[in-house]
Amino acid sequence: MTQYRVLPGPEHFLPPAAASMGIYLPNPGEAHINGVIVPEEKAYEEAARQFLMAQVPTIFPGPLVLWAWNEKAAKKAAAVRSLYETLKECVQPGQKPMLIPMPDYRPKYPKINPEVEINPNHPNLTIWHNKIDCCMFIGVHCHQANLSLKIIRGGTSCYTVAMCAQAGHEDAMLSFRDASVEKILKLGEWIRKLKGTVKPRLASAKTSASN
Amino acid sequence: MAETKSHIGTQNKKGQTYTDPWEMMHEAPRNPSFYTGSEVIKEALRRASCDVMIAYPITPQSEAAALIGELFAEGYIGDYFRGESEFAVMSQCAGAAFGGARVFTTTAGPGTMRAMENFPMWAGARLPIQMIVTCRGINSPLSIQPDTIEISYLLNTGMLVWHAETAQDFFDWILKGFMVSEEPEVHLPLALCCDGFFVTHTKDVVNLTPADMCLPPYDPYRSPVPCMDMECPPVRMMRDPFIMKSNYISYATHASWQQEIWAAIERSRKHTIKWINGLVDTENTDAEVVIVASGTAVSQGREAIRLLEDEGVRCGLVKVKSLRPWPGEEIREATKNAKHIFVPEFNVTGWLAKEIKATIPNSDRVHAGPHVCGGMTMPPEIIVSEIKTALGLRSESLAGRGS
Repeated sequence: MTQYRVLPGPEHFLPPAAASMGIYLPNPGEAHINGVIVPEEKAYEEAARQFLMAQVPTIFPGPLVLWAWNEKAAKKAAAVRSLYETLKECVQPGQKPMLIPMPDYRPKYPKINPEVEINPNHPNLTIWHNKIDCCMFIGVHCHQANLSLKIIRGGTSCYTVAMCAQAGHEDAMLSFRDASVEKILKLGEWIRKLKGTVKPRLASAKTSASN
Repeated sequence: MAETKSHIGTQNKKGQTYTDPWEMMHEAPRNPSFYTGSEVIKEALRRASCDVMIAYPITPQSEAAALIGELFAEGYIGDYFRGESEFAVMSQCAGAAFGGARVFTTTAGPGTMRAMENFPMWAGARLPIQMIVTCRGINSPLSIQPDTIEISYLLNTGMLVWHAETAQDFFDWILKGFMVSEEPEVHLPLALCCDGFFVTHTKDVVNLTPADMCLPPYDPYRSPVPCMDMECPPVRMMRDPFIMKSNYISYATHASWQQEIWAAIERSRKHTIKWINGLVDTENTDAEVVIVASGTAVSQGREAIRLLEDEGVRCGLVKVKSLRPWPGEEIREATKNAKHIFVPEFNVTGWLAKEIKATIPNSDRVHAGPHVCGGMTMPPEIIVSEIKTALGLRSESLAGRGS
């Protein structure tokens, strides 16, 4: 049993892949929080709590949901939009939810515009620029998501959530698997349910500095 | 998975039924057949719903490659052709896999070495190509005989590496290998190795699954990277690689990319354990003497154990089935009682013994040998002799064998 936990960083100059540290992916019906396998229901609550606690809770939709390449993707995109609207309704003054796309994976030089997009090869730029302290990946191809999640963990203090359509991501602090329209909407329901019960993390010298 | 599952129960153009892979491999009736290892490769491929096989002749895999050509002529393989060289074959395999095909190839010895540049590329590009490696000598002077040295070069490519002992392993693992390597969180190439000639050119009874059942087709939409897209990594990486950019984030991204390949090998662990019933097989590991081996050295070790039992020496056995993922925990557990660990190998460097020494506590318990190479056989008697010598028992000299 590993003692390693997947926690907000900044972790290391080159943090290890969590899978190499003995963190396992959840089985169907499960999720993980900080690398510990939990029932999926518990993960909804924790993800909702993290979103409501964050100053800048942000959703990063990737190409698999940004483009209407099949009917399911289009429905998922609508669900992501609905989740974002729910988040906006449920946060308190001073919190700033964002929806920033990862439209593709091209390495862009000298850098992307962090106001409008995130790129898996240098995701820190978007996190730092917008002071994002909690984010959720959805619709990002698994390899690229793991790449980003690990770089974010290495260099920022951002809390990362993965809503993965496949087997999940150890490199996120919290990961769902087998993501569907229903699961995306269910997370929105949990955010509504916890509205007003979670104290937001207000701006402080500590969080600004670590971002 | 939904896309793959939707095919189950339907038929392909040859009238084979796409069958749930677990049911096909574990519950379907088996038909005992007397085949060479090469023929077994053909029979496995007949059931694999393979889209593309690319061939190049090199002993001892040439026969298998030719037999698969017959399968193509019969309509069981989507496409089949001969490449210009092993390097070309492996590059063409990459192209086919980038395009979303289930891809299979076979190689051996110097062919493996010639194509080597492609293997880390396959792994980095997350291409679940399956490559059979029928191991043989690689160095000058030329030898076509069995020798497992080439496996040592494959261990750090980022590929999954399994080492089959028998033709039965071969048949089952070809089909199961696709299941493991195509999991979206794994999605890595598999080098399925065997000892050339010993497995490929000898006949054995192999229990085959029904020929009218086949694996569901590969679903490229579960890939962790996009299908062929010249504007996206990993394809774009190859024409606009990180190496062209000298800045911290380029290096960090490439480092993270490499880590992700090895993370995927770790993720394959639970699927490999499920499909091939553990990364190792063990017998009598409470004994003070344990043989740890892979490939046909396991068979020779098993026979040596029988000979030692006749002399009152009890000996355990660990058959290493998967080299990547590496069964470190399993080997530590299986050898925890052993005072002497013997690692017979068909290569000159003793790469398996080195891996084991790096894995277990008190590694001076490991006796790296006996070794043979260059096509020599490994009579069980030389394993017995090595063990008896280490135990301080009198052992007959085998230097005069054959005289």
